[in-house]
Order: sequence, then C-alpha cells, then structure tokens
Amino acid sequence: MSMNVDLAVDIGGLRLKNPVMPASGTFAEGLDKVMDFNRLGAFVTKTITRELRDGNPLPRVVEQPGSLINAIGIPSKGVSHFVERTLPHYRRYDTPLVVSISAPTTEGFASLAAELSAFPGIAAIEANISCPNIEEDGKAFAMHAGATERVTRALREATRLPLWVKLTPNTGNVPEVAQAAEASGADAVVVANTILAMAIDLRTFKPCLGNIMGGLSGPAIKPIVLRQVFQCAKAVRIPVIGCGGIATAEDAVEYMLAGASAVQVGTATFVQPAAMTTIIDALAEFCLRREIPRVADLVGGVLIEEADERDLAWLDPVAAS
Amino acid sequence: MEPMTVRPDGQQDAAGGCACAPWKASVVAELAEVVQNRAVNGEYRHMVVHCSAEAAAAQPGQFFQLLCPMPPGEAPFLRRPMSLYGAFPDRRQVEFLYKVTGAGTRGLDMLKPGDRLDIMGPLGTGYRLDPGLRHIVAVGRGAGLATLAPLARAARLNGSKITAIFSARRPDLVVSVDLFRAEGAEVITVTDQEQTSGPANVERILRGLIAEGRCNAFYTCGSSRLMRVQQRLAQEYGLPGQVAMEQQMACGIGLCYCCVRDFNVDGAIVNRRVCWDGPVFDLMEALP
Repeated sequence: MSMNVDLAVDIGGLRLKNPVMPASGTFAEGLDKVMDFNRLGAFVTKTITRELRDGNPLPRVVEQPGSLINAIGIPSKGVSHFVERTLPHYRRYDTPLVVSISAPTTEGFASLAAELSAFPGIAAIEANISCPNIEEDGKAFAMHAGATERVTRALREATRLPLWVKLTPNTGNVPEVAQAAEASGADAVVVANTILAMAIDLRTFKPCLGNIMGGLSGPAIKPIVLRQVFQCAKAVRIPVIGCGGIATAEDAVEYMLAGASAVQVGTATFVQPAAMTTIIDALAEFCLRREIPRVADLVGGVLIEEADERDLAWLDPVAAS
Repeated sequence: MEPMTVRPDGQQDAAGGCACAPWKASVVAELAEVVQNRAVNGEYRHMVVHCSAEAAAAQPGQFFQLLCPMPPGEAPFLRRPMSLYGAFPDRRQVEFLYKVTGAGTRGLDMLKPGDRLDIMGPLGTGYRLDPGLRHIVAVGRGAGLATLAPLARAARLNGSKITAIFSARRPDLVVSVDLFRAEGAEVITVTDQEQTSGPANVERILRGLIAEGRCNAFYTCGSSRLMRVQQRLAQEYGLPGQVAMEQQMACGIGLCYCCVRDFNVDGAIVNRRVCWDGPVFDLMEALP
C-alpha cells in the first residue's frame, strides 16, 4: 500500500506528531525502559504543586472489575525539584512537554503558571482544576462554571503558554464548565478526570482506601467519559482532549469520533506498560485499513441522523438551556 | 553530563555530539511460555517460564509483574508483583515461587506447561554484591526465602561464601534449602514448631557467625522482627546490609506512587517507591 497516514494533530496551535499522550499521574521517567519517548504525541507530567505534599495514607489503590480506584493524593516535591531535576530530563527528547499543575487557590494557580512559564522546555500548561478549592469549601474548581471561569482567567493572564484545562466528570453539567473555560481563554479542555468512588472491605468493614474515597479509572469508565467528551465537543470550539478508560486504538478512535482531537492514556499503562506506543501503531493501521488519510479527519466524525438531533436535547444540558 | 538529543529515527542530533545507539527496551512485557508449574510443598508452587533474553537477565532481588489468568468468577485487573526465584540467561528462563493466596495466584495455579503468561520485567533495584565480600549471611522467612534464592548462585559467582538462616512455621515449609546447599552454602533452619525461630535464637546464631568472621554483610527479606535484629547487630559491629521490602503495587515501574514506604535517611523520614527505588534497600534505612 502506498498511502501514508498523517497522524499529526493540532491542539490550539501546538502541533503534536500524533494524538496519543499519557494522562497526568500515570507517567514518569522510568517508562523509558519500556518505550521510546520520542514516539509519543506529548509528555504530560504528574501534577506539580508549589507546596511539598506527602500524599494520602495507604492503601492508595484498590482494584475493581475492569477498573481501579486510586487515592494517591498528588505527592509533590515542589517547584524547585521539578525545575532542577524533571525539566532538564525531558529536554533531551523532541516530544513536547505538558506540565500539569495544581493549587488550592486561584492565585496559587496563577502564580505557579507564571513562575513555570519563565523556564524553557515547557510546551503547554495543563491546569488540573479537579482538585479541592479551599476558597469554595473544598469543592473542586471544575465542579462549577463560575470557579472555572475565575481560575482560567487568572491562568490566562499569568502565562502565554498554551493552556489546557482538565475538567472533572463529577459535576452535573460538564459542557457548561467547558464553555466557561473556553470563554476565559483556555486553548483546550481535557475531559475528564477520575470518577469519585468508594469500596468497602467486607472482612474488616473498613473502606478499602486510606483516604476513604478515591477516583475510579480504567476501561469501566470509558462509556461515561466518552459521552461527556461528545457533549463538550458540541459545546465548545476549542479542542477537547479525551481521557477516560482508553486502553486500545479502537477506544482512541471512538473518542476521536465523539469529538476528541487527542487522547490521554492512563490506567491502561499500569496493565500494559507499552499501551501508548501500541495504540499509536494500531491507530495508523486502522486509518490505513479504512483509507482515512489524516487521523484528524476522525475528529467529531460520529454519524448522527438529522432526525435524531432533535431528541438530543434531553441529554445535552447546554442545548437544552 | 550534557543530555543528548535523540531523533525519532535513533540517529544522534548534532547538538548531542555522541554516537548514541537507537533506543532499546530494557523492560519488556511479553508472553512467556510456561515450562513447569507444580507444588513443592503444602503451600508453595514453583513455576518456570521460557522468556526473552532481557527478562532472563534479571538480577537477584528484582521482580516481575505478572498478568495473571482469570480464575473462574474472578477478574484480577492489575498485574501481580512476584519476586524473582531464579534467572537462567543461558536457557532463557526465569522462575517464580508462589503461594496461592488470592485471585491473582489462583489464576497462576491454573497454568500448565505450554500455556502463555504475560510477564513484565525485570523490575526494580536488586541486591548488590560488592566484589570484596568474603562471607555473607542471608536471613529470610516465609515468602522471603524465594526472594533470597537467586543470591546463592550470585554469591558463589562473586567468590563470597554464604550462610543462610531460614525461618518458617514448620520444617516442611522451608524452601530452597537444597538450592542453597547445591551452591555450597551452609543452611540453618529455624521453625516455630521447633521453637527455634524467635528473634533471641536468631540473634544468638548471628552473633556466633560474626564472632567466627563469617558475616561481612546481611541480606534479608520476609520478617520485620528478624530485620530489627540484624539492624541492631549491623549498628553494633559496623556491618553493611540490604533488605528487600514488600508493598501493595499497581504499576510496578515508578509511575503511580501506590507502593511508597517511609525510610529513615540520616535521621529524616523519606518516602520511597518500593517498585522503583527498591525493592532492595539499605538495611539501616528501612523501617518496619
């Protein structure tokens, strides 16, 4: 066959050689023992915070059917460790580095983004606004359009780097939150994060996790997050990056058809460490087989009959409002 | 050292300036072929698999992440960490010793010669054997004996004599005694049933070995109580030591920070990942 598949995608001005990248918190330098890092569409770091954090009490993960609940708690060695140790490490690769950040306040987010923007080697900021906001009684920023708008605007003013905002699935109206991020200057939204969950040990009657609750991830959550990506992609013009239970190239294609411009792979890497490069290869094969010249042609390609569109209102809160 | 820049095709970048080889995997997830999987006593099973050269290059104290087959009615989602029991690069085999305790090991129990098993490894930092070591002592209990097993041959190849103190509940549950003796090791077994396995008796044995000049370093796994005895003696006599630690794991390769433990590093409590920074740690830094 003579056709070449173009895997490149454009995420708000940042060109990626392919649409596959890790989900924050599931990637570290050690994975280079398993895969060639230059093959990835992007790197996404573990979330860094200004404060030093130990993380949550153990146990930090518990298995569920087709999924995993984690409550790791974002252990962080702070900004200087990141700048002195992590950042130089990734400069040896030609893959763009996306830095995931978090803070307990709007001002904390803005000052961290501003500080990091001074260092070369960062291609984009991913703001993990699914974390608790101490200014709003511990509720995650991304649970409300208002808090999302405020923190995104502060971030936009603080950095000229491409700004990705990572949303939470744990809210009733994700598309409205996505619109708030878009209106305040986000270059892309990442949909979504883990789903708030819990498990109880029947031998001890105690919660399975040291933190009591945690976030569900893995193949079991894919249909839920896929639906949210579909809704968000209809609601905003900026790119949507899909993240939730992707383990195969078929999952990635499904997400792209639903409207994702790129995908993040997380929990799958814990089970198959080379999942990301396997997906990249199989994505190219899929496009070749279906005679799709550019992987970007898949984005939003789900076929919905016009007659069905009227009935969508009930499941599309934005269209309904 | 300046970081080198590698292009996707593996050629060196002009800025890098060094003739760097194309990227190559040092940890692989592969379908190994089961050669043998049978009981060695009332509790432990011994599995041998045929694997890649990379996997068979595993060092003592390293481990593998096994994607266990699903036993009826159960669906283990994550891989299961398993200590290396033996690695044989010449015949491209690795061996595991395991006890059936949960969904993962119930799945392993079903495997028959000729079946395939998805193994990922070798992982983690193993035991270090310094060239000058004349005589080492390996102290293990329960499943820790499996982790210590590859040391027997490594010590012989290093020119170090080895004395093993193996602890178990009953004499019939002590494993790898023959393996150690075949490599020229002296093996002392202590058991709960014979009331010889208490820390006081093990300490008495260790003090005897130290007095005879037969303990230049401690290697241990599988018992916090015995680890504390060795820490005390290591402190008293200025002896080095290494301990393999356990912790629940998810990724096994340093990504998720699920398997952290506290360590005492120069008086400060430091969090480390068992899968990545260990599983073998400095004896004096380990906390029970």
